[in-house]
Amino acid sequence: MAEIADQALPLVRLHDLVFEGRGHRALDALSAELPRRRIAILGPNGAGKSVLLRVMHGLLASTAGRVEWMPIKGQAPRIAMVFQRPVLLRRSVEDNVIYALKQSAAHRGETGRQLRERAQTALSKVGLAGLSARPGRVLSGGEQQRVALARAWALDPDVLLLDEPTASLDPGATRAVEAIIHEIATAGVAVVLVTHHRGIAKRFAEQVLFLDAGRVAEQASGPDFFNAPRSAAALAYLEGALA
Amino acid sequence: MNWIGESLGAAFSLALAGDARLLAIIGLSLKVSLAAVVLATLVGCLIGAAVAVARFAGRRVLIVLLNAAMGLPPVVVGLVVYLLLSRAGPLGDLGLLFTPAAMVMAQFVLITPIVAALSRQVVEDAWAQYEEQLRSLGVSSARAALTLIWDTRFSLATVVMAGLGRAMAEVGAVMIVGGNIDGVTRVMTTAIALETSKGDLPLALALGLILLAIVLGLNALAHAMREWSVRRYG
Repeated sequence: MAEIADQALPLVRLHDLVFEGRGHRALDALSAELPRRRIAILGPNGAGKSVLLRVMHGLLASTAGRVEWMPIKGQAPRIAMVFQRPVLLRRSVEDNVIYALKQSAAHRGETGRQLRERAQTALSKVGLAGLSARPGRVLSGGEQQRVALARAWALDPDVLLLDEPTASLDPGATRAVEAIIHEIATAGVAVVLVTHHRGIAKRFAEQVLFLDAGRVAEQASGPDFFNAPRSAAALAYLEGALA
Repeated sequence: MNWIGESLGAAFSLALAGDARLLAIIGLSLKVSLAAVVLATLVGCLIGAAVAVARFAGRRVLIVLLNAAMGLPPVVVGLVVYLLLSRAGPLGDLGLLFTPAAMVMAQFVLITPIVAALSRQVVEDAWAQYEEQLRSLGVSSARAALTLIWDTRFSLATVVMAGLGRAMAEVGAVMIVGGNIDGVTRVMTTAIALETSKGDLPLALALGLILLAIVLGLNALAHAMREWSVRRYG
């Protein structure tokens, strides 16, 4: 019950977010309250999904409006992010995870042994413990994305933002990444997923935020959105008329 | 045409004979240039990476200046360093004029802008790729700069080679601040200049061929290292 009660709490409130860049308004007075559930942000190309994720993380500063993260366990939530194309450093898989841990205030004081153990645990969770000594950048795209997920997971985030994590992957790698995302969410991390992959979104999302032209066109539970979309834009998107 | 064959013959003879004076000249050339390159790499890479990652007022002007400084005239650099190190100059008390240390200083001034400008470009290209990831991890700009230097180390090796090439080939500045003193500050380029002025073209050309071979060998080594690293680390 405690978990259900937690899930009913808001995760983040987005207040009239505007983002303009190079003469284009990517977010147009976007407001929403996202619950602490498995969230998928959907929408056609150029709807503002990836920009919204970056603004939520703080990688981009909004032109106007603000992002209000709700405290988790009395503290500002720890947020990690995984991108469409994983960027691994030219070092071993394990050292990529350790590098991230060393940047984190929560793990900065840990010994080398503790960091290695933490990295190994994270890599085991994504099935890559056997590759921990391999250089990260020579792995396949799917394996690199799993390293990126392990790196993010190792940080013990409260919130994980995922920007099209399967967009560059083949079907096999996509399934593996999808399974890991489900595991992370099951472990209690609030996951916000931007994806074009409707199948993944349908299987994953408890809550859908559908964007169109930088605005919220529809917000609904996952089943409601996929079975009975209310907005014309969402209906067109699900029917494939909007790419 | 005979002098070309004569020169080649002289080059091989010199190299194979292991002449002590020649080896001393080659050794000093390498010592001076390598010392200058090491110092310029430390300073230049840090400057280049900092300019690549940081955003500040006047950054573009600084980039233009760095790029322009790659073309510093060696003779002018030599003259400035000479004035600094001369007895009446601000660093005159150090007594470095006409020593290898003065030659290192002149070469350092010449090649630091090259290393800084080229490493700025290498690191900035990498930064475009890494920025979001590093910022999402909360990495500070200073830490990001160091991370990028390490991650682009194999590309930077090529930059260092460019600096070394410039240092090894340089003659004007080291002639002015070193004085081309036999056994003390005579390096390959100043020896070549001297032999040419004396009319001993075969010997000058022979020294030139040996210099070219050394530079070629070092660059081949750097290239092989880079190829290996790309295969090894991606």
